[in-house]
Amino acid sequence: MSTEITTDVVVIGAGPCGLFAAFELGLLDLKCHFIDILDRPGGQCAELYPEKPIYDIPGFPVVTGQQLTDNLMAQIAPFSPEFHFSRMVNSIEKLEDGSFKLQTDADETFFTKVVVIAAGGGSFQPKRPPVPEIEQYENKSVFYAVRKMEDFRGQDVVIVGGGDSALDWTLNLQPIVRTLTLVHRRDAFKAAPASVNKMKELVAEGKVNFQLGQIAKLDGDDGQINHVHLATEAGDLSIPATRLLPFFGLTMKLGPVADWGLELNDNTIVVDTEKFETSVPGIFAIGDINYYPGKLKLILSGFHEAALMAQAAKAIISPGERVVFQYTTSSTKLQKKLGVA
Amino acid sequence: MKIIVTDQAGDVHELEGLEGWRVMEVIRDWGLNIKAECGGALSCATCHCYVDSEWLDAVGAPSDEEEDMLDSVGDVKTNSRLSCQILCSDALDGLKLTLAPSAAKD
Ligand SMILES: Cc1cc2nc3c(=O)[nH]c(=O)nc-3n(C[C@H](O)[C@H](O)[C@H](O)COP(=O)(O)OP(=O)(O)OC[C@H]3O[C@@H](n4cnc5c(N)ncnc54)[C@H](O)[C@@H]3O)c2cc1C
Ligand code: FES
Repeated sequence: MSTEITTDVVVIGAGPCGLFAAFELGLLDLKCHFIDILDRPGGQCAELYPEKPIYDIPGFPVVTGQQLTDNLMAQIAPFSPEFHFSRMVNSIEKLEDGSFKLQTDADETFFTKVVVIAAGGGSFQPKRPPVPEIEQYENKSVFYAVRKMEDFRGQDVVIVGGGDSALDWTLNLQPIVRTLTLVHRRDAFKAAPASVNKMKELVAEGKVNFQLGQIAKLDGDDGQINHVHLATEAGDLSIPATRLLPFFGLTMKLGPVADWGLELNDNTIVVDTEKFETSVPGIFAIGDINYYPGKLKLILSGFHEAALMAQAAKAIISPGERVVFQYTTSSTKLQKKLGVA
Repeated sequence: MKIIVTDQAGDVHELEGLEGWRVMEVIRDWGLNIKAECGGALSCATCHCYVDSEWLDAVGAPSDEEEDMLDSVGDVKTNSRLSCQILCSDALDGLKLTLAPSAAKD
């Protein structure tokens, strides 16, 4: 079902810089919708280093990637931004009246006056295992996520990986598939111990076939696999299979950002340093995704860029309205918006 | 110190390593085909390499955390290492390694 949403600002990317932008925009009474391909906020902080400490956020001698994300979410909560997770922005189109139409891969259309691209290092996408010609089978018989369990009913399924996704789907799909083989390169798993134990029970009962090894080659035609070849210590092993689910985690790819007609500099979007506007008026870019002379890819820089961007966005959305500069410490108006006065 | 790196295309490069640098940083600095997405934070495995068998003892075994990270690539061999977890030192002068397919940039 297609959905249409109309708003002041769409922020592409719910990483730290995008999240803080919602705060700066909120102080100026602008409403944000976020779109992110991940299923939760935090961008790199949440995906790549949730438990690692960051030492250079002003005022925090040390904070982990996840704590920073949680704090940013709490900080912007008064402005109730809306989140649309697990979808990718595919296109941005400028309409005649100067506003924008955005399309996601989840069949939603956003109408917005201002677009803020906070796409960081790019969109997170599944890591593709280095297997020849795997592309031709993708989304036909090789999947990196289970969207519809029905697609797996009665199939011969091979799942590769040793993390939570691999184990969860082994347990969830086992009851409905014809055969299920779990492949991992070693006999140690980085998944919840309860899932590992359950999987081992299913192996003991003969309901799941566990193989030590790695996928080496696929056989099939027309996008439909029929055998998965494994490299194992004992040599090549061929397993009949009609569905393959490799779970190797995520990696960042620039993705569709490159096709939006914006001036680029080596995979980053060129902006000015007054407003952080791109070569298309009304589209801003903040955080790791932008480029200007002297750019530092630091969270700190993205926060600063968000503040200046918000002022310019306000001028576009409410033309002619005078914006009075105020401090959150002393302005009761701002404090009311934050729900503290 | 020198490190000798064979890239994914089979070309051999002799790189000048700097004491205390990570091997990944040297490879990246020379512009070879290594993604090294997380910059050495042991969070991505896109700096995966194969250490020449004669150097395996000198570089030592990977940590448990590194093994966990290696689970996220599909081309692991017994001599697999993440190059960001190997520090350049005189003891590794002449280190030979090969970049794994999974370390390539997009
Ligand atoms: C291991 C590691 C350690 C780091 N340590 C520090 C540090 O100590 N201090 C510091 O300042 N910085 C550090 N950084 C860098 C910091 O993480 C980045 O500067 C910061 O995350 C950039 O934030 P961002 O909001 O611009 O983008 P990101 O965090 O990259 O978030 C971008 C988001 O946009 C989404 N996205 C992109 N394109 C699309 C699309 N088309 N549709 C939908 N969603 C999309 C992505 O999925 C992602 O969630 C570190 C990075 C790493 C990897
Ligand atoms: S650079 Fe990311 S793990 Fe080595």
